[in-house]
Amino acid sequence: MSNDVLVFVEQQDGQIKKASFEALAAGRETAGNLSGAVSAAIVGAGIRNLATQAAQHGATKVFVAESDVLAAHSGDGCARAIAACAEQSGAGTVLFAHTAMGKDLAPRVAQLLDGACTTDATQLSVVDGVLQASKPVFAGKAIKQLRPNAAHYCVTLRPNAFAASEAPAAGEVVNVAAPDGDLLAIVKEISAASVNHVPLQEASVVVSAGRGLKGPEHWTLLEQLVEAFGPGVAAMGASRAVVDAGWRPHSEQVGQTGKVVAPMLYIAVGISGAIQHLAGMVTSKFIVAINKDPQAPIFKVANYGIVGDAFEVLPALTEAIRTTRQ
Amino acid sequence: MEILVLVKRVPATDSQIKIAADGKSYDAQGVEFVLNPYDEFAVEEALKTKEARGGTVTVMTLGTSAAQKDLRTCLAMGADKAILLTCEDHPDSAAVASVLAEKSKELAPDLIFCGKQAVDDDAGQVGPRVATLLGFACATDVNSLEIGDDTFAATRDIEGGRETIEGKLPAVITCQKGLNEPRYPNLKGIMAAKKKPLDEAAATPPDNKVEVVALEPPAERPAPSILGEGAAAVTTLIDKLQNEAKVL
Repeated sequence: MSNDVLVFVEQQDGQIKKASFEALAAGRETAGNLSGAVSAAIVGAGIRNLATQAAQHGATKVFVAESDVLAAHSGDGCARAIAACAEQSGAGTVLFAHTAMGKDLAPRVAQLLDGACTTDATQLSVVDGVLQASKPVFAGKAIKQLRPNAAHYCVTLRPNAFAASEAPAAGEVVNVAAPDGDLLAIVKEISAASVNHVPLQEASVVVSAGRGLKGPEHWTLLEQLVEAFGPGVAAMGASRAVVDAGWRPHSEQVGQTGKVVAPMLYIAVGISGAIQHLAGMVTSKFIVAINKDPQAPIFKVANYGIVGDAFEVLPALTEAIRTTRQ
Repeated sequence: MEILVLVKRVPATDSQIKIAADGKSYDAQGVEFVLNPYDEFAVEEALKTKEARGGTVTVMTLGTSAAQKDLRTCLAMGADKAILLTCEDHPDSAAVASVLAEKSKELAPDLIFCGKQAVDDDAGQVGPRVATLLGFACATDVNSLEIGDDTFAATRDIEGGRETIEGKLPAVITCQKGLNEPRYPNLKGIMAAKKKPLDEAAATPPDNKVEVVALEPPAERPAPSILGEGAAAVTTLIDKLQNEAKVL
């Protein structure tokens, strides 16, 4: 297996996604430990200018598969383009961010390359010259360490589990022929959830609430806390109980059957901490729990806990956070 | 319409996972196994599609003969027939996809449904791998679906919004919560399921592409610290977040 690493770079509105910068940094470190080189792969239409951003984050080469055919995202088209980049670059390892797009693409690329794949890795290491990926299994009840037994290894990295950093490199652009032939499926429509909305899985702060908020009408208290962190910082989550009750949409659910998040700071308000919720947030860096039941299991995983009524603690916390941000 | 559903038997989500003596697998002793919860959405969507457009629903799994029970559950929900490909090894996603794709070719399905991931390995690979092997279109983590004569429109959550994917049949659709409400098998269904065909054949999966180095308990979280009660504790919390955690 080649020691070179290729990182698939995702973009949105002309900007490389934060999770892809994290993947580039992880790719750089992995390539260093393997004594290989790290490159980036960029795929789509009108995306050439992203090469500079990728170079800024350490890509020695940037493989660009550009085609008008890929103007609308196509999972099968994009997977073939990334596989072509991997083949042309000669990389053994291909890294992706574990985003909606990345987790859809990585298994397909692995299959096209007849390679190995591990999704949702939270740690990478190099042991005896081979990349080893750790990933939570059984909804985080255990961690599995895996190593490839193939010429290619595709790995998706959990957002926020790896730190992004700049490290300017040459970023020499290499053109790759975009795949020809019919696309089997394409994205026809994208609708944004709301303006100024930070994606739950990318937010550095997640504020979640559960039954303790007593009804959907009280979610303004949570919104105020999210706003107190300032624009683009925090996102709102919910427990399964309140999603099942119809108080909040499923897109906000944090847990085994919802989204898995790993922010710097996770604040759980009025959430007891059922195992299925913990599965979605236990890898957060710091966890704060606010619950009136001192026996609530959420306190077992929390770094800091406050025993108290959400309606009393939440406004005080919002006010205090607002003050720190001024 | 020929509809195929790929399912997996997994430990129930509330199971305790005990690491086995080899340090690479879990101890299945005393663990309750169930049909993967996301596969229930897949079976339901297959049945709804059959009800709307006619056809046959086949459920298929690769596993031990214990999976007969889960296939019978699918038959009781309304699937027409089941295929159990047996093996005693622990094939990885690539090996499972290879076996299932090979057998799928015999059925020439218009649609393949499966759960967005199995809740044991949480990998989410078999669906997109099978699609790639068969040259089918694929949409993953789907929570809304429309099927036309030879097309589909699938909607899924993406970061900060939703997207709709349109493609041609045949296709692989991996199912997310929210797609439907899986039905419970009723008594009539359970009785009927006993007479439905469940074919069993031995499978020989190819070598695994990933090797399990270790299965370990998750890292312990630092000892929790209860800072106090009520709004009065907020000041201490802010101090800790600023000076100890340094996240503010």
